[in-house]
Amino acid sequence: METDKIHRWHDMGGQPAGDINREEHDFALWEKRVDALQVLTSSKGYFTVDGLRRVLEDMGEDAFETMTYYERWVQSVNQNLLEAGVYTIAELAERMEQVQSRGETYGECAGSGE
Amino acid sequence: MPHDHHDHSDDTQGLSPSGHPYKPDQDHKLTRWQAMEIAMRELLIEKGIVTAAEITATVEQMDRRSPADGAKVVARAWVDPAFKARLLQNGTEAIREIGVEPGVLKLIAVENTPEVHNVVVCTLCSCYPRNLLGLPPDWYKQRAYRSRVVKTPRKVLAEFGLELPDTVQVRVHDSTADMRYLVLPARPEGTDKLDETALAALVSRDAMIGVATARHP
Repeated sequence: METDKIHRWHDMGGQPAGDINREEHDFALWEKRVDALQVLTSSKGYFTVDGLRRVLEDMGEDAFETMTYYERWVQSVNQNLLEAGVYTIAELAERMEQVQSRGETYGECAGSGE
Repeated sequence: MPHDHHDHSDDTQGLSPSGHPYKPDQDHKLTRWQAMEIAMRELLIEKGIVTAAEITATVEQMDRRSPADGAKVVARAWVDPAFKARLLQNGTEAIREIGVEPGVLKLIAVENTPEVHNVVVCTLCSCYPRNLLGLPPDWYKQRAYRSRVVKTPRKVLAEFGLELPDTVQVRVHDSTADMRYLVLPARPEGTDKLDETALAALVSRDAMIGVATARHP
């Protein structure tokens, strides 16, 4: 693998890479909701697509290899909302704990949904 | 590759406490990231930043968008030379004409001809004409496609089953956060008698990304 110190890890055009895995999956409801929260909060002016990408890119290559697309997105949207002062890290932590105490699965913990 | 792939094959048909079957993606053990999504969503709703109805509507809009919208644009361009000229001139304005809201992003349509084949990538992330094609396929977002298609496009296209003769020039277009590309595939031979709806049915998502051509009827 050639070393290229000029490009950051996400700038991967032209870099060596393996076979293309053409398997596709339908997006899960929680993934679509992450996407929807990004669309809605950015369209309301809480952050920009550049803010979304800044956090994704700063996560580094390891996150790209070990986390799924929307796992990275939820983290980036959350970081941007924290920075915008929409809620505090303490509020988030408290709510996540409460969510996790509701049950074992997404279906149980997400409440009745809409 | 572990990322961008969810295996739903072991789903069970469990029932929720209210006696309804869960959607297949809802009966796995809750992950930290799913808990974060639920918490974020609830806080945003409670603080009046977004409403539950807005979230539902946005997810529904996401589900409604599909490559069929892009295919309508392509079919119209095939039957209406004036529309095609407008599409190639200013894609953003042209798609409005057939009822697709372009949003804030600039759309650039690139035409395949006997001499030139176009293919689209986003080497930096996953920029994609979602309003015309829906959400991008997993491979579009992965390292292998993003890295290789700009360097060895003919080889990558061949892996997708598209062998191009050396006489055809291949142009690879790299999307940015502010603009998106749509490939206008060449109209297949022998389709003179088909109407716009039948023509649209020949246009796949992959043809509009540029990793395939339009189907023959």
